[in-house]
Amino acid sequence: MTTMATPTQSAPEAGTPAYNPKSESVGAKRAKSTAFHIAALILTGIVLYPGLWMIASAFKPNSEIGGGNTSLWSENFSFDNFVTALDGIGGVSTMQFFTNSLILALGAVVGTILSASVSAYAFARIKFPGRSVFFGMMIATLLLPFHVVIIPQYIIFQQLGLVDTYIPLLIGKFLAADAFFVFLMVQFMRGLPAELDEAARIDGAGHVRIFSSIMLPLMKPALISTSIFSFIWSWNDFLGPLLYLNTPEKYPLPLALRLFQDQTQSSDYGAMIAMSVLALLPVLIFFLIFQRYIVEGVSTQGLKG
Amino acid sequence: MTQSPTLSRRSTQSGPAPLRKSKRGGVDARAGYTFLLPWLLGFIALTVGPMISSLYLSFTNYNLFEPPKWIGLDNYITLFQDERFLQSVGVTVGYVVFGTPLKLAAALAVAMLLNSKRRGQGFYRSAFYAPSLIGASVSIAIVWKAMFGDSGPVDQGLSFFGINLGGWVGNPTMTMPMFILLTVWQFGAPMVIFLAGLKQIPNELYEAASMDGAGPVRKFFNITWPMLSPVIFFNLLMETIHAFQIFASAFIISNGEGGPAGSTLFYTLYLYLRGFSDFRMGYASAMAWLLVIVVGIITLIFFKTSKSWVHYSGDSK
Repeated sequence: MTTMATPTQSAPEAGTPAYNPKSESVGAKRAKSTAFHIAALILTGIVLYPGLWMIASAFKPNSEIGGGNTSLWSENFSFDNFVTALDGIGGVSTMQFFTNSLILALGAVVGTILSASVSAYAFARIKFPGRSVFFGMMIATLLLPFHVVIIPQYIIFQQLGLVDTYIPLLIGKFLAADAFFVFLMVQFMRGLPAELDEAARIDGAGHVRIFSSIMLPLMKPALISTSIFSFIWSWNDFLGPLLYLNTPEKYPLPLALRLFQDQTQSSDYGAMIAMSVLALLPVLIFFLIFQRYIVEGVSTQGLKG
Repeated sequence: MTQSPTLSRRSTQSGPAPLRKSKRGGVDARAGYTFLLPWLLGFIALTVGPMISSLYLSFTNYNLFEPPKWIGLDNYITLFQDERFLQSVGVTVGYVVFGTPLKLAAALAVAMLLNSKRRGQGFYRSAFYAPSLIGASVSIAIVWKAMFGDSGPVDQGLSFFGINLGGWVGNPTMTMPMFILLTVWQFGAPMVIFLAGLKQIPNELYEAASMDGAGPVRKFFNITWPMLSPVIFFNLLMETIHAFQIFASAFIISNGEGGPAGSTLFYTLYLYLRGFSDFRMGYASAMAWLLVIVVGIITLIFFKTSKSWVHYSGDSK
């Protein structure tokens, strides 16, 4: 992905700037730049406000959240809400919910990486009868509302006695059911020069060798984007766990939050918001570390669609 | 290590070339399907199979405990007499029709603002993108509910300007604007895609237009819009399809009930309630198939009409 992004993204920057410089004086340019930053900063404030309010509220006593405090500051900041939130709910500690979320998310990453890369290699690099038909079907599943499959899937897993296990939530990841990632990797592999595998073939390498020792190492950027996104999507997933998990000991964080909401009914907003912050923390940390990757990934993948 | 077997193999194989070629075809077919196996299994077991069986179920009465009973088109007929269903259609269509264009307009406007070589562009881009990553989560739904609740910060902030709406969450006329704001807030993902598209428009076009005396409005409609139309089309299609499927936020904000007064009874929420609370799985399957058909028709209309306004320039790749 990054290799494909480079030419398109660096080209305009190397050329002339987006506005016509010769028609503007230095002063006008500076005024324009100031106006730009003022507009952009105001917008940043608006966009980030809900997040900042959430974080600030997590540290505020309940009386100050319920009292409709718009402010992002309080005289009475404390960690009390986090202490309550970490206690958990329904006799299960929040650390347990964290662990459950982590197991599901890491399982999703491993499954998606394995299955999507292998399937993408078939689509991108092997010529076989029916390939384009299957590829078209794969693209079609990108547009398919997945609600059409949840009822029969539930019935199948129910009859197999797999409800209230993680298997229904993870099996799709190991079977490349997230077509988006297969597509992402196909696009990436198509960007790699064909001479690579031709040379390897002449040297007598089979598909397994070409895939594992040539393609996989070169696909690192695509694998990283896939890992980031499949982690975050699994971490935030609500419908899947809602359908399949019944015992609170197995709940991931989103379900735990819902349980918390049900049982406290806005009586303890502070703790609930503190728990919401905790639930988002890994995603926010991921974003801060990988923001370039994530944003570039979205921009190139979007265009390739 | 790789060198010696390579040479020997190459020398032995250089003779019977045609035979080798036909053999490769066979090997490739086998290799192709072997590599495709995970996806193929998933596609059959988790997508095609379930789709067929939900189509069958949609013509039956099925509650998970007794065998399905064939009732023909009854589910589909009942749907159109079911007021809650019609309400869920209304809520969802309202959300899609108002939310998606507003979100894309915000995304395009901000992308055009950011499309210049200025300091801090990367920071703004990341900051604006962040909500897209977390917007559909339960955490944000809880925060939204708190922010738009009775005497929450939104109510307080508006009261400061003399607008007294009270809490939005409990007010059936204000829940839709609240959800639309939630989706517009996530304008970052389409914005990033627009931004990448804007960067590919050659600057010479704008320079030439300036020389011809074109103002910003004409530049927008005669250069930016047509040049960006494939990206606009892509965003419009994807965002529309996604908007139909909103679930977690609706579930959390309305406590899984779709209230007040059914004003947040989104399509997927009603489908969930029918299928997994009432265990009317045939009925829910009919709803699911109707959604597939509607999304399919919309996609088709988008592609058909796109010919008149989406321009793919041949050499822009």
